[in-house]
Parts: sequence; structure tokens; C-alpha cells
Amino acid sequence: MFQRDRLNSELSFFQKIKEIDYTLLISIIILSIISLLVMYSTDGGEILYHTKSHFSKLAVFFPMMIFIAFFNIRHWHTFAYVFYFLIILLLFYVSFFGLKASGSQRWMDLYLFVLQPSELMKIGIILCLAKYYHRVKIENVNTLTSIIFVLSIIIIPIIFVISQPDLGTSVLIALSGLIVLWLGGVRVKYFVYSFITFLISLPFIISFLKPYQKLRILTFLDPDRDPLGAGYQIIQSKIAIGSGGLDGKGFLKGTQSYLDFLPEKHTDFIFTLFSEEFGFIGSVGLLILYTIIIFRIIRIGALSRSNFSKLFCFGFAFSIFIYIVVNLSMVLGLLPIVGSPLPIMSYGGSSMLATMIGFGIVLSAKINHKQTIA
Amino acid sequence: MIKENFGIRKSDVINRRMFIIGAAKIIIFTGIVARLFSLQINENKKYLTLSDKNRIREWKLPPTRGNIVDYFGNIIAGNLKVYQLHIIPEQVENFNYLLLRLKTLLNLSEKKIQKIVNLKNKLKPWDSIIVSENLSWSQFLKVNNYLYDLVGVKPVMTISRNYPFSEMYTHVLGYVSQPNEEEILENEIVKERFVPGMKIGKLGLEKTLENQLIGTNAIQRYEVNAYGKRINQLEYQKGLQGSKIRLTVDTEVQKLSAQLLSNKAGSISVMDIYTGDIIAMYSSPSYDPNLFLFGISQDEWQLIRNNPLKPLINKTLSGLYSPGSTIKPIVALSALENNIINTNFKVKCTGKTELYGQTFHCWKEKGHGWVSLKNAMKQSCDTYFYEVARLLGVDRLNVTAKKFGLGEKVLGEYFDNEKRGLFPNTNWKKNNLGRGWVLGETLITGIGQGYTQTTPLQLCLMTAQIANGGYKIKPKIIVNDDPLSLEDAKNSMELQALQKPNTRLFNNPKNIKIVQEAMFSSTNEQFGTSYRSRIDDPKYQFAGKTGTAQVKRISKRERELDLKLEQIPYKDRDHALYVAYGPYKNPRYALSIIVEHGGSGSKAAAPMAKELFKLIIDRDELRDKQSNFENINI
Repeated sequence: MFQRDRLNSELSFFQKIKEIDYTLLISIIILSIISLLVMYSTDGGEILYHTKSHFSKLAVFFPMMIFIAFFNIRHWHTFAYVFYFLIILLLFYVSFFGLKASGSQRWMDLYLFVLQPSELMKIGIILCLAKYYHRVKIENVNTLTSIIFVLSIIIIPIIFVISQPDLGTSVLIALSGLIVLWLGGVRVKYFVYSFITFLISLPFIISFLKPYQKLRILTFLDPDRDPLGAGYQIIQSKIAIGSGGLDGKGFLKGTQSYLDFLPEKHTDFIFTLFSEEFGFIGSVGLLILYTIIIFRIIRIGALSRSNFSKLFCFGFAFSIFIYIVVNLSMVLGLLPIVGSPLPIMSYGGSSMLATMIGFGIVLSAKINHKQTIA
Repeated sequence: MIKENFGIRKSDVINRRMFIIGAAKIIIFTGIVARLFSLQINENKKYLTLSDKNRIREWKLPPTRGNIVDYFGNIIAGNLKVYQLHIIPEQVENFNYLLLRLKTLLNLSEKKIQKIVNLKNKLKPWDSIIVSENLSWSQFLKVNNYLYDLVGVKPVMTISRNYPFSEMYTHVLGYVSQPNEEEILENEIVKERFVPGMKIGKLGLEKTLENQLIGTNAIQRYEVNAYGKRINQLEYQKGLQGSKIRLTVDTEVQKLSAQLLSNKAGSISVMDIYTGDIIAMYSSPSYDPNLFLFGISQDEWQLIRNNPLKPLINKTLSGLYSPGSTIKPIVALSALENNIINTNFKVKCTGKTELYGQTFHCWKEKGHGWVSLKNAMKQSCDTYFYEVARLLGVDRLNVTAKKFGLGEKVLGEYFDNEKRGLFPNTNWKKNNLGRGWVLGETLITGIGQGYTQTTPLQLCLMTAQIANGGYKIKPKIIVNDDPLSLEDAKNSMELQALQKPNTRLFNNPKNIKIVQEAMFSSTNEQFGTSYRSRIDDPKYQFAGKTGTAQVKRISKRERELDLKLEQIPYKDRDHALYVAYGPYKNPRYALSIIVEHGGSGSKAAAPMAKELFKLIIDRDELRDKQSNFENINI
């Protein structure tokens, strides 16, 4: 076993370069360039704060992704629990000493940028559960202790994130975790039972929601209820997308964003601006680009010999997928507004950091796909 | 090896479950694409409209009112460029400094400064504040000179109503001013076109012709951002100026009227006896309508309001006067028509008549002796008309007077302040005062005193209808689309009289002639009451009737004292009246003159007619040339 590990790690630098998934890498580069252009457009066609900041984050995180790619995935396996635990500590830290903004406390100031540990947890939970299902015997997957263990791994960070409060991120963390449970082989009937239980307890859960969260759900059900208040965002977002038409209003010509009708256009509503300026063709193009990225990740998972790589790649692919779906459904008026960024496109350091780490690990999994992990 | 087996089995589970998720992903992505398709392709039009609605906002500008011109095309209500000063708060660097600078430059009052500060706090920073609505040219230059020092100040040129003849036409045109809320709501067109700074007609023709004069708004289309701030102008759509209104009035005659009545209270009206065109209509004193455009100051308003000569009252239309002796042509005509008298009928005037113990005086204490109709009219013998009225009775007199337009509105549709006046009969008294008619009242009605109340314009119309041979005319002040030429007017008058006999005001044309001749002698024969004001030149020769309306009953003592005009308090002096038409040989114009508390008609009113007829008849030819409306282009 030891020998094989040695063999695995003995890929030369050039061999590693040869093994990189260039389709994925180029797709990520294209996505980064698009995100910069769109950020330039949100700044009103000038290189201002958001463009500069987004560029500098890409300039730091992209090389970091390459560095992670050359870092053997084995080590991620080794330090997965530690990584998870570190993020738990960060969550613990921000819940007491974090920065407060618009009513919630979820950030810490790292001088270079403001870190939101809950974003990192989206990766951390996949890593942690991937390691667990990699190591656990298949017979033990559905034992009570195993179920309790994995559920507590999911529930502990969620408690922190919900208390921040940040419902959107906690739902996304939970979904990222649950998908690894699904992939790891937890019985289908458990999922069915818990889904039914969830539906039954839904009214009960809603009664625990904060007033603004209830308002978001009501607004989603009927955006015209209060068109200048809570429904404003979703109405303006639909107007922007709808008015884009087949080929859009043209780069830098999106009136909805240019004239400030779009709220949060840098972050959660970035797709709205993109869709207004590039239309249906551009939007489908962007979706295809995301689809390529997701399927390349899945392909890497399928190629990987180790279950850890498989579980991580599939889990990460799903989590990217779910961010995209939640974000797009929100701006298209299919889901209530939950704060959820569009990977790479949205302005925001933490989300980009987490996504780039994920891409790094995936690229590393490709380079080392032939190796097994004990 | 066993471990390895489990490993393979495990990866099978992972791969199989991944496949299920992969399928789900494809379905969900397809769903999102479908949603995109429905929003961007199917409903594109709807959202494009909504997006334009978001970003495009229209600003309406005040419409430009139509001009009002006199018969000769002179603008009597026009529009003038005015210079305004606006502040745009968001561009101002130091608001207090700016206010201080403006205060010294424009002599703004403390109150005005406070008003600006209040407005600034109320409005959005990019909304402009109007500091001054009407800068004088020198102020405008001053501001432009110091513009470098006045950051955030914008000199603006705009258009405002202007009355070039100031007080000359106030009672005809009225004036415009800022509307109040009620006025905006009650007129649909004003409501639709209202923008701050717009002015509407408050009085006179400006008010009644509002819907024609108002014009349409110019529209500026701007792209705005989410906060309503204008980003750039997309379009400018010019508004249409309101319709041009041409009046029948002649500014020269109007001017002379104003001049004749200066410092007096009274009214002059001049009318074309065939077409009914009102050539002049002046009520004195008047006031400057330009004062109201930008809000009249309290001092100026008090000055107008408290003037004892009552400039606010349009005496031509709403002043009610006893016609005095000017009614005598109607009394005579009525008596002739009813065969009560003929030209040979004579009455002996001893200076007074007794009836049931009451004495009725003639104005001439010594009496006129035996007088016929012609002499009675010429010398305005009251005793003669007492007797004629007694024989005629008030009810028959009333019928004739009504025919000639007394007691009816003349221009009612255009002036809501016009009064109907009153010509009494027995029924009227019973119904309104609840008492029976007394014969004595018939007597004084016969000399135009008592209950009778007429407006100066009614007297003018009455005279015009005697002058044109007894045909009904419709007085007008607005030249309509097909103005009547003199020939057309005459022809249609006779044609109408044939077809509709009730528009003819007489039974026997001889009777009209007799009255006309009597009026001629009153002006042009010796001992006539207005003999001194006659013109011998047949071109200008006119015929008229004086009138002196008592304001209060003359006591016995006063009669004995025989006071001079200056010795009587102003309020108690008689009103002087005069009605006339000319040229006598070929009549064309009729007029009525009233000088409030002017004393006797022959001294105060008739001399004005002389001046007026000279001018009116001199301008007659010019006026005929102008009858074609199309030739006038302003």
C-alpha cells in the first residue's frame, strides 16, 4: 500500500501539466473573463471599485487554484476533518466577534478582504463527508451511529449559520451535505421519509421564521403585493431579463442596471444584468458554459479511482449546480429571494475563494485520478 | 482484497446515484432555459414596455396661450419672453453664500429668502427652485455678469402672457393667473394640461374662451434613473399654441374712450348697427391686468380694491343705471306703434304735472309750453312723456322695451358677470314686490326713472336697433369664421324680417323714421339738448338723445336751491347719459356713454360723442377693408 502511494505521488511536473483537464481550465478562464466584463458593466462602463476588486480577487484566487491543483488530493483527504473543524472554529469566532452588516453577523475582516466562513463551509462539508464515506464500510453506512454521525456533521455548522442569521447559505450547506449522504449510499427510504417529515413540519418551521423571511416567501408567491417594497427586486429583475429579448440590449446598454433600477446587481442579481445585455442567446450560452464545467467535474469524478475523489467531485459538481439553480430560479422569479451568489460571476470574495478551492481540488483529482487513497 | 471488493461496490453505488442526479440536473436546467425562453422571447414585448416605462418619463411644459387680436390684427393679449431665475440645489456649493449674493443682486426680501429655503427642504435636490418669475432685463444682465460666482443658478427664458395695452382691455379680456385647486379640477382640459407655472384665465374672455386659448403642452421626454433623476433628454415634442381669437374691437376707438373717461367712472360702448360688431367697450376706471400675472402685491391690490370709482366693476356689462331720458325714443316709438299719439299730438308743459296730489316735475321749471313729439324729444320735455306714458301704460311700454333688448343679457355667453337689468311691468311688481302698480310709477318709468335698470351695452344695442330701421341684431365681440360684410348683414336682416316677422321690431316703418328724426333734431336743431355737441359736416353728423339719471330723489329744498354740480356731494350727483348713432344720412354706428355722477347728459356725456364719431367715421373705410379675415396674418 505504502509503495503504491509512493508511486502515485511520483508524477513529474510535466506529467502533471499533461494531466490537467484543459477543457475545465479554459471554461473557468472564460467564465472569469465574462465575470470581469459584467462587473465592468455594473460599474457603468468604467473600471471602478467593483471591477478592480473583482479583478484583484481573481488575480489572487486563480493562481491559488492552480497551486491547489498541483497539491496532491491525498493531503485534502488527510486534512479533511481538520479543515472542517477549522471552519467550525471560524464560524464560532464570527458568531461572537464577527462584523455586523444589515442585521446579520457573518463576516470577519482579513484586511485583504472580508471573509464569510459559511461560504467555505460549502466546501468543508463536502470534504468532510467525502472522507467519511470513503472510509466507512458500505455495510455500516446505514447503521444508526453512522447516520447520527453524518447528520451531526451537517447540523453543527447549520446551527451557526442559521443563528447569524443566514437562511440561504444554511440551506445550501445542508443540500451539499445531503447529496454526499445520497452518494455515499444512505438508503433511499430515509430520504423519502425525511422529505415527508419535512413537508409535514413545514408550517411549523415557517412559524419560526423571522418576519423578513416570511415576507420574502409571501413576496415570492405574489410579487405585485407590494411593488415598491418587498416585491421591487423581483419585479425589476424580471423586467430586466424579459426586456433583454433574444439578443439583449447590448454590452453596457442595459437600461435597468445602468439607471439603477436593479438592486444588488453586483452580487445576487448579476445574472439579471448579464441577461438584459446579452439576451436569451447570451443566457443560454452562459448556462452551457456552466454545464460544461459541471460535466467536466462529473467526468473527473467518474475517472477517479478513489472514492474520496469521486465523492468530492460529484458533491462539488452538485453544489455548483445547486447554487446556479437557486440563484437563477430566484432572479427568474421561480423561488423566493434567498441570498445565494452565482459562482465566479457574483461579486464577493468568500464565494469565489470557496469555488476556486473546489476547482483546485477537482483539478488535482484529475491529475491524480489514477491514484487510490487508503 | 475484501476491502477492495467493497471499494468497487461502493464506487458502483456512487456512480449509479450520480447518474440519477445527472438526469435530474438536465431536467432542471431545461426548466430554467424554458423559463428564460418564456420571459425573454414570449413576453419580451411586455417587459420591454415595462422597462421603457421605468426609464422614460415625460415632463409637460406650460402651453402657450393663443393670441387675442383686435379687428385690425393688433395683438391685445399676447405672449412675451420673460427671464426667470432658477436654482438647482444639487449644483450649489454653498447655499447660504448663494442666497446672500442673490439677495444683494436682486434686492430679495427676507420673506422671499425664507420661502426659497423652505422650498429647498421640500424638493428633491435636482428639482429647480424658481427664485424670480420675472426678472427685468437689467436684473437678468446683472445675474449673467455674476454667473461665475453663482454656482447652481440657472437663468431661464420662458413665455408669459402679456397685455400690451395694459388697462385698456381689462374688462373685455380679463386676465390670467395661477389657478387654484378648484379651478384645475372643474375644467377637464385644464386638469389634463396643468403643470406648475401654468396660468389660466380668471375673468372675461380669457376665462370664457379658456379651452380655445389654452394650447397644448410641449413634452420633454427624459431618461431617468431609479430615483427619478433626469439622465438625458430623448425627445422634445413641441406644443401647439392656442387658437388665435380675433375680436371686433378697434383699439383706436377703445383708446379714445379710455382717454375721454380718464379720471371718471363710467362706460363707453360703440356698436356696428348692422353686423352687431362691438367696436369699443370700455369701463372706467380700469386696472392693469399685467399686475396679476406673477401675483399682485398686497399694496397694489388694496389700491385697486379701495378706489372709490370701483375699477373692479365692469360698468358696461354689470353696471345698472336708470336710463333717464335716453329711454324716451322707446317711449315715443311704443306710443306711435300703439297708435296712442301721432306727430300732431301736443301737450302743454307748465313745468310740472299733478297726479293724485303728487307733483311730477319737468326738468325745466318754467315749462316748455305746448310741445309736439319732435319738440318734446328735442328739448327732452318730461311733462310730455309723463302724459304719453300715462296714456300708453307700462305694460305696452314694456313690450316695446323688451323687443329692443332691455332687461336681457347682450353678451351673456361670453361674460358671466353681465347683468340682465330690469324693465318693469305690472305683473313684475305684483310678483316681486307683492304690491299693485301705481299710475305714478308709469309716469316716472316714461322718463327712465323708477324701477328700470339698464346696462350701458343694452342702451347701445337699443340705439343701434332704432338706427338700423328697427331690425334685431345679435351683438358680437368675436369675429366668427365668416364675418358678415355690411351688405350681407343688411341683406340678411331684410330677408330675415320677411321670413321671420318677429325679428322685425316695428309694425310701421314710418314710426321708426319719426323717432329717428326726433333724435336728429335733439342734436342738430337749436334748443336741442345736445345741440352744442353737434357736427354739421354731413359725413360725421349724428343723432342722439341725452339722459340725466337721478341717483336720489330731489327734495323740494334742493330744487329751490338749484345747486351747481360742484356744490353737490359726488355720491349724490346725477349720472350723465348719452346715446347716439351716425352718420345720420347713412347710419352705421351706435354708441352709449355713461358718466357716473357726471351731472347732466348734455354737458358731461354728449361732447364725448362728438369726439368719438369723428374718429369712428374716419376709421369706417379702414374697417371695411379689413373685413376679409384671411388677409390678416400675425
